[in-house]
Amino acid sequence: MQTSKSYDVSMIEAINLALDRAMSEIPEVVVLGEDVGVNGGVFRATVNLRDKYGLKRVMDTPLAETLIAGVSIGMAAQGLRPVTEIQFMGFVYATMEQLVSHAARMRNRTRGRLSCPMVLRAPYGGGIHAPEHHSESTEALFAHIPGLRVVIPSSPARAYGLLLSAIQCNDPVIFLEPKRIYRSSKSRILDDGMGLPLDTCFVLREGRDVTLISWGAMVSETMTAADQLAEQGIEAEVIDLATIAPFDKSTLIQSVQKTGRCCVIHEAARNCGVGAEIVATISEYAFPYLKAPISRVTGYDTIMPYFKNESSYLPGADKIMAMVMASISECKESNHEAV
Amino acid sequence: MNIETLDFSISRYRFLDEEGKLCQPLPEHLTQTDLGISAYQTMVLARTFDSKAIALQRTGKLGTYPSILGQEAIGTAIGLAMHENDVFAPYYRDLTTQYLRGVQLEELLLYWGGDERGSDYQNCPQDFPICVPIATQLCHAAGAAIGLKVQGIHRAALVTCGEGATSKGDFLETLNLAGDWQLPLVVVVNNNQWAISTPRNVQTGSETIAQKAIGAGVTGIQVDGNDFFSVFYAVNEALSKAYAGKGATLIEAVSYRLGDHTTADDASRYRSAEELKQAWKREPIKRLQQYLVAQGVWSPEQEQALIERVTKEVDEAVKAYLSYPPQKTGELFEYLYETLPEPLRDQCVEARYAHLNLGGR
Repeated sequence: MQTSKSYDVSMIEAINLALDRAMSEIPEVVVLGEDVGVNGGVFRATVNLRDKYGLKRVMDTPLAETLIAGVSIGMAAQGLRPVTEIQFMGFVYATMEQLVSHAARMRNRTRGRLSCPMVLRAPYGGGIHAPEHHSESTEALFAHIPGLRVVIPSSPARAYGLLLSAIQCNDPVIFLEPKRIYRSSKSRILDDGMGLPLDTCFVLREGRDVTLISWGAMVSETMTAADQLAEQGIEAEVIDLATIAPFDKSTLIQSVQKTGRCCVIHEAARNCGVGAEIVATISEYAFPYLKAPISRVTGYDTIMPYFKNESSYLPGADKIMAMVMASISECKESNHEAV
Repeated sequence: MNIETLDFSISRYRFLDEEGKLCQPLPEHLTQTDLGISAYQTMVLARTFDSKAIALQRTGKLGTYPSILGQEAIGTAIGLAMHENDVFAPYYRDLTTQYLRGVQLEELLLYWGGDERGSDYQNCPQDFPICVPIATQLCHAAGAAIGLKVQGIHRAALVTCGEGATSKGDFLETLNLAGDWQLPLVVVVNNNQWAISTPRNVQTGSETIAQKAIGAGVTGIQVDGNDFFSVFYAVNEALSKAYAGKGATLIEAVSYRLGDHTTADDASRYRSAEELKQAWKREPIKRLQQYLVAQGVWSPEQEQALIERVTKEVDEAVKAYLSYPPQKTGELFEYLYETLPEPLRDQCVEARYAHLNLGGR
């Protein structure tokens, strides 16, 4: 019987706790990747696991991302539950053929005879002054692939609960960790082995005037914007999408049906971003309720600038607030005209 | 002054020459009459199935199909050497091994006939399905080998690919890991000389494919892939080594693709009739037959009975394939995830309605 203890932890520590918990409860769970063993991962997500669970369950691999993804698929199809680390999302592209052509399809193409219960973790997003290729947000590449689940936590508690569920899930899960908030704050979590649902988004704040939908590191910017909006008398409902694919349409639709306004906020480029799919879905299901066009606050459709200029790319609370204020005032004006 | 620190060589195994005569005595475990006969019977069945599959494609009853013509010895040897509890990761020219592993001929026809149910192997539930993206299966086999090692099971994973696949990162990365971690893995490269229109000498500057193992710390050997006994001997040896925890082996089986790449290809565009004619002289079935006849263990009566038996078996598989019930509507949603995520439910309903509106069942 496992104990339940609560800890004040950062997100990276919460991830480590979840991995530890899963490894202690599920013997099939193995961890692999570059530098995950002795070094405990470059961000320390896997620290102490090798000492605790041994070389057979915590494997330092050669520096070969295609291989890392491919062997994970092989292990998963044969009864293990690999939790695989790709050191940075910028290096995930070499895994795409394996993930798209095999991980996502293994269950379907064998009619359920084999499956692929693997989690591929990668730190993602900007904001830590990292070198080139270390700051992009390309979650939409995976969200487009049927058969994959894409999950992005935005707090220590959700990182813990979502990662546990991802490991327990019998489908392949791409688990993207916003590294900007790995250590930005601590919060108290209960290490009780309980997962959070992978098919439900989280309403972090209720409000009647506008729905703000976000995920990852942008959630804290969005919450700040919501606080500022409240000072102006605008009550924003803030939703952490958390599971990017397949995403929980009904919570989003219900919220917009209530508020009549919506803004989607993400760090990734706008063109074909996940925000586009959310906007399309809300238009399809909640169009008659809309009092204003749905807006997006996102990264630009440009290459992510190197770190000296990354703050000019990353959307912040001010920009979110300005966009919401503009959509509300425009809407008021157009309503006056209509009258 | 240069000091020679390391020296490598590549061995080539061969027992039966092109006329079916022994170049060297067979090791004792290869001399049982049953082994040669059983191999011969499987190879004839495979060739019969292969030509039937091409005929089905030509008459619009099967999708694009890759012939195995000329490569029957390799798959037969692998299938006969492998243990039931080993894991097989095939590429797309492996019907012979798959058949020996228990994959049903109608399952293979279903697969090439465009039906996912063809990969739901009833008799070898742990084997990987046919792999089309080149060399990607190498990594899966390595993953399976890691699984066996982690779980302390003294069995092996065996993976096949063509020589074209040896140019890909997946192949090289897998070999590197197999050497590094001493994985219970056997890689058999079916060197059939042609990757669609790209000949072997344009594929790589390496003198042999087998030597690619050396840089990875893996044993590499070359065998005459048209000599059943050579391939069987090498695979058997490699599997025993893997079971004993002594690491991986790369076997380059030198053969020749006597057919087109697939039914969508026309090899006469890029290779000469003369080359093909010469290659037919080295094909694997005739030489094994000549050996068995010379040994006095194979007669024209047995040959006739075999032809009748395999023709009947293939015809029955074709009949079963052609009368297979269609998939249920909505089956494309059923196996995508373990349970259908809520957000996909309306698309599933949409598919059902679309089907009804089109007059389906």
